[in-house]
Amino acid sequence: MTALLKVENLVTEFGGSSAKPGLRAVNDVSFSVERGKVLGLVGESGSGKSVTGFSIMRLLEKPGRIAGGRVIFDGADIANCSEEEMRRLRGKRIAMVFQDPTMTLNPVLTIGTQMVEAVRAHENVTKDVARQRSRDALARVGIPSPEERLSAYPHQFSGGMRQRVAIAIALLHKPDLIIADEPTTALDVTIQSQIISEFQKLTEESNTAVIWITHDLAIVSRLADDIAVMYAGRLVETGPVTKVLTDPHHPYTAGLIASVPSQNRRGEPLRQIRGMTPAINRLPQGCSFRTRCDRVTDGCLVMPPLLLEEDRSFRCIHPVLKETA
Amino acid sequence: MVTSIIRRLIQALFVIVAMTIIVFIGVSVIGNPVDILINPDANQAERARVIAHYGLDQPLWKQYLLFLQGLLQGDFGNSFVYGRPALGLIMERLPATLELAITALGIAIVFGLPLGLYAGLYPNRVSSKLIMSGSILGFSLPTFWVGLMLIMVFSVELGWLPTNGRGPTAELLGAQWSFLTGEGLRHLLLPAFNLALFKTSLIMRLTRAGVQEVLPQDYVKFARAKGLRERRVIAVHVLKNLMIPVVTIIGLEFGSLIAFSVVTESIFAWPGMGKLIIDSINLLDRPVIVAYLMMMVLLFVVLNFIIDICYTILDPRIRLDAKA
Repeated sequence: MTALLKVENLVTEFGGSSAKPGLRAVNDVSFSVERGKVLGLVGESGSGKSVTGFSIMRLLEKPGRIAGGRVIFDGADIANCSEEEMRRLRGKRIAMVFQDPTMTLNPVLTIGTQMVEAVRAHENVTKDVARQRSRDALARVGIPSPEERLSAYPHQFSGGMRQRVAIAIALLHKPDLIIADEPTTALDVTIQSQIISEFQKLTEESNTAVIWITHDLAIVSRLADDIAVMYAGRLVETGPVTKVLTDPHHPYTAGLIASVPSQNRRGEPLRQIRGMTPAINRLPQGCSFRTRCDRVTDGCLVMPPLLLEEDRSFRCIHPVLKETA
Repeated sequence: MVTSIIRRLIQALFVIVAMTIIVFIGVSVIGNPVDILINPDANQAERARVIAHYGLDQPLWKQYLLFLQGLLQGDFGNSFVYGRPALGLIMERLPATLELAITALGIAIVFGLPLGLYAGLYPNRVSSKLIMSGSILGFSLPTFWVGLMLIMVFSVELGWLPTNGRGPTAELLGAQWSFLTGEGLRHLLLPAFNLALFKTSLIMRLTRAGVQEVLPQDYVKFARAKGLRERRVIAVHVLKNLMIPVVTIIGLEFGSLIAFSVVTESIFAWPGMGKLIIDSINLLDRPVIVAYLMMMVLLFVVLNFIIDICYTILDPRIRLDAKA
């Protein structure tokens, strides 16, 4: 089966030009997602995971730009297609859900207006038909009395409800791919759980592929088929979730897993990875994780390549192996 | 809603009362109208008669109380200079100022909004930088100087437009308007441009700042992520949000156009209220000054109220009756 989305050696820079490199927020990132599969894109703040998502959508804020690589969506390179072609894909075949539901919806327009315009951006239908469709979409994500809610404004909804609206908008055109950028981070834990279940159900029904960007490994283990771990703009480990989470090879992945509080015993101090994510303009030479790693040697002064092992890969010359972990 | 209207009216009343007191004291400090009103050759008996006629022989507090008494009966007093009711004098001049202010504001909006939008959307283009530098000129060049230059260039050198006055007027709704006649319109053009220059710059800069504030918002990104055409993103999602501060300023500036177009009216000899008030201050014509300022207080109260109504239309978050 060919992948629906194939990201090949994606490089995203802020500032700079074709002659002079800018700050590399995403550096040589490659992964693929198949129809109906969920990829968990994991990393700390500033690792470049959100920028990767916006690069695929081509919604980078200036001076951000895709400086290299290809994004193959359903056989066509969308990193280099025209702006109008890209617009026709957005919302129609590739949708996105954002992190903060209180900021995603325009405060001065009704939910109805914002949904109807999304329908009519891609389909030549009357307002009434579009409204009907929007109402059904709201009902599908579990919003009570959807007809009334269409005339309401975003501030009249709770955070969880707003995220449901955003998800309903993302699902309006039954997209092939949804990029979910930490859609539950800003929500209460109970609401998080509900939203994830709804999301899972709806995307499974329509066989939609999902890139779920998050820093929460618990969500990834529950939701994703594959995982890609990013650190300082690069992929450090990829593979099937079951394998990577039970048997991480990169010390950073291992550290992340160890930092999940439920891994600790009661009374034990919480484990953490020492140090902080380096700023992308001050990365150490060689392996970016070198300065925070316990296994560092002189060999780490050279950036290691992604090492392949069956269906997974990792970027480390001193991998954590299960026997030694 | 009703309580807020009542509260505003009461506040306005206090402002008006405070203002009348200030004007009464202020004018009496500046000088004695008697010195200006009475022919220097007049004899003592005649002087005393005139002073008594205007009630200026009374102590100030008594003059003030008499004024308040008249006010309660709808009488703002007679102008010392013209001997006619002050309010009537002002109302006669109102249409001239009104049409000047509305034209100027129209020009400011028609130029300011699109230029500001352009400069905000494409901040790095040379044309945007030119627009923004131009707005600094619009801000800082003194109005009187620009007015004189306009007359120099368009009236004296090129001879395209008349230098002063309203030109022929036509009647509409019981008032005389210049814009209804072609010649009157020609007279209106230069002073309106003169007044509009500062306001255009203001609206332009405000719009540009608004665009730059709204563009990076998530909801603009999300609108794009929905696949909306760029035109709709700008015209609906961006514009509606940035109109909130712009409307406030437009409303207040409209008030200031009416109240403080003195300089332009003087330069172009435009027979509006601004010219009347300047003449009245020169002649210490207290009843006219007081009546004029009371009108302006009312004007600002009404404008603020209209702005608030516009707010609730633009921003659903502050609608009081919105269902939770």
